[in-house]
Amino acid sequence: MIVSQRLDLNELPQSIDLNQSQSIVRLLTCGSVDDGKSSLIGRLLHDTKNVYDDQMDAIQNGTLNRSSRKIDLSLITDGLKAEREQGITIDVAYRYFSTPNRKYIIADTPGHEQYTRNMATGASTADVAIFLIDARHGVLKQSRRHAYICSLLGIRYAVVAINKMDLVGFEQSVFERHELEFNGVLAHLGFTEPYFVPVSALDGDNVVTRSERMPWFSGPSIIEYVEHLELVTNTHSAPFRFAVQLVNRPNIDFRGYSGRIASGSVQVGENIVVLPGYRKSRVAKIVTYDGDRDIAFDGEPVTLTLENELDIARGDLFVQVDKQPSVGTRVIANVVWMQDVPLKIGRTWLVKHTTRILKANVLRIVQRIDVNTYEPLQANELGLNEIGQVEFELSQAIYFDSYVENRSTGAFIVIDPDTNATAGAGMLVELVAEQFAETTSADRVKRFGHGVHLIDLGLRHRLAHRLERRLFNMGGLPIVIQYDANSEVIEALQSIGAIVIFVGSTNVPNLPENDEDALEQLVTKFFDNEKVMPGDYEV
Amino acid sequence: MISTAWTNRSLRELESEAIYIFREVVAEFQRPVLLYSVGKDSAVMIRLAQKAFYPAPIPFPFLHVDTGYKFQEMIEFRDRFTGELGVKLISHRNEAAVASGAHPDRIGTQRCCGLLKTRALLDAIAHGKFDAAFGGARRDEEKSRAKERVYSFRDSLGQWEPRSQRPELWNVYNSKIEQSDSIRVFPLSNWTELDVWQYIHAEDIPIVPLYFAQPRSVVVVGNSIMLAEARPELPTHVEMVRMRSLGCVPCTGAIRSSADTLPKIIDELRGFRRSERENRAIDHDTEGSMEIKKREGYF
Repeated sequence: MIVSQRLDLNELPQSIDLNQSQSIVRLLTCGSVDDGKSSLIGRLLHDTKNVYDDQMDAIQNGTLNRSSRKIDLSLITDGLKAEREQGITIDVAYRYFSTPNRKYIIADTPGHEQYTRNMATGASTADVAIFLIDARHGVLKQSRRHAYICSLLGIRYAVVAINKMDLVGFEQSVFERHELEFNGVLAHLGFTEPYFVPVSALDGDNVVTRSERMPWFSGPSIIEYVEHLELVTNTHSAPFRFAVQLVNRPNIDFRGYSGRIASGSVQVGENIVVLPGYRKSRVAKIVTYDGDRDIAFDGEPVTLTLENELDIARGDLFVQVDKQPSVGTRVIANVVWMQDVPLKIGRTWLVKHTTRILKANVLRIVQRIDVNTYEPLQANELGLNEIGQVEFELSQAIYFDSYVENRSTGAFIVIDPDTNATAGAGMLVELVAEQFAETTSADRVKRFGHGVHLIDLGLRHRLAHRLERRLFNMGGLPIVIQYDANSEVIEALQSIGAIVIFVGSTNVPNLPENDEDALEQLVTKFFDNEKVMPGDYEV
Repeated sequence: MISTAWTNRSLRELESEAIYIFREVVAEFQRPVLLYSVGKDSAVMIRLAQKAFYPAPIPFPFLHVDTGYKFQEMIEFRDRFTGELGVKLISHRNEAAVASGAHPDRIGTQRCCGLLKTRALLDAIAHGKFDAAFGGARRDEEKSRAKERVYSFRDSLGQWEPRSQRPELWNVYNSKIEQSDSIRVFPLSNWTELDVWQYIHAEDIPIVPLYFAQPRSVVVVGNSIMLAEARPELPTHVEMVRMRSLGCVPCTGAIRSSADTLPKIIDELRGFRRSERENRAIDHDTEGSMEIKKREGYF
């Protein structure tokens, strides 16, 4: 959709008590300093009249001025001392500007590969990505990386600014060549009709005001385009979900559940299901400070009261009766790893999903993705700034919505229990139904209650058979075999998670003489070991 | 009634985000407190907290760091307003520094803020064993604040380390901290000055009368005008002025204005060419002074 209205910045903003349906637009700028990202943001703020004179004075008088060319608008975006000194962006910064119609938040994130995590952070809340491509260099691997991260984090709208058109003589063919190429990249990543615009961010051509210098281009400027973009979020059309943040109980006559509607809508009198436990209830009231409501929508903070009394706590999820999430303990998720200590198979992490914190054991890395080529790679771990698909086993059942279908309930963060650091960002891809899951050694541990063991009891046959019976009665998988059995047989027994008890050798085991005492010692050893037992965590 | 009929979607989104944050912190921390500066941003925070926990009352106390140099009208407003709300107000002052005569003219603004605000704040937080402190800081105020997280982690000394901040994704906030650490929480992170004023207007929120223009006795100090009490030794005259931002008497300038109602303030703000904190001397001592103060524990 190409709109042609010009933006009139002198138009008076609508007064606040009029109906105004425009929501906040969250933008993410993708590019590096060399692509002109800071200049673009400087232009967006300056040309929409969102920079104050004293801020401009401070920039003019600033101790470090990168270019001698009149006033350097890129300095508007400088933040931390170290960043000013090094002339780079290290961290995510948020910028604010508004036009008469809309309020904008720009996530300003660094573009280099070592800052992938920062870009993912900015992208997690963004609606629209603005990709910057240097007209002289065209589509580089960094552009492909930025597009991938944005797509993975759920951004559906894209504006592609082919920047520095002044340095290629405002040549239409250059613009069209890059457009064709990058359009091909974006098409595979699920963006909705990307909008391409030729720009000179330094001079402001087609950023806010239209350029006079490219008569061959008749489309709107970046801001004119975004101004009229109708944003459709999937949380609006997704089924009703409401995670309880806290139980509101000021006195014995009132018991409400406070939270934000994550997706969909809810009405008074509507039947709902409360998870866990598939408990049925009906909404009695939708309470707010501004009065009770008949209906409430995604994004709204409310307090719900129910018609029947249930034992409900923080972390419980209210859902639509006919569109419930799937429930299970094993999930595959896309993960962006954000800390130096890598994500490894077998380690247990904490996962915060909606308002719950669960333990999560990493079962396998399905694949790692090369963010520049999109090529799937084999991996045993994910390092800082790496992205991959990971299979987790959770300590309790998770209420599963895929991130693609629900950007709110499909997201989680990974916390390192040793340091409390936010270690990664996760986006749910699929719930692994038990019948399709690979049966892993962790499953076997969970089933039998013990890990794999080999023990040689020599000539104590009686002890061996009593041990076998005892372990078997406890739900374990023991087997007594001759010590000289075929090694392939032994390997097979190990791979199904058995406790293999050898007899017949002349070995004298280091055990008490008395069978009763020896038995106790062995059982304790096999069942009280420190092996991870998925599904049996305490939170 | 404006307060129930207004439908500005941007403000509703900001409101919703802040309410969510208030509830998360109260659910996940043991001893939250609200840093009450008596200014317009605090006023907005309080309304949001009321909404977050309604029909229950606000479930945490307010902490006011009183430097002893606050405007008399602020203290009067504070006592009346918190009294009506029925919340517990903790007022804390660095008595030792006050007794030793800390004043910006004598020891410089940086040292003065360090003692009367930062030190006092850190002491009060430690004394109350608060593990989460809500502050009204906004990212649009100042360039180092643009880098702040909503949950801003502080070590046991209350210090901010901007280079190693936790990534913050979606609205999934990581609340895990060590016993000795604490967090500052900024529910108004994404609000601008204009949003704050529009919200105050839409919600009819009471604020300190100093924000409204009226004829006041003023003095001229360099390029700025200040209320007469800021520099009692200077010659005074009367002008229509108001305060755009409230701080300590010796360090807060006034602006010439005829805006004596909220709609007039909002209109005036739209036409402003100067930033909000320009009249706050403490932000301009040296390049990056807010960042330095924040690293030391300022909020």
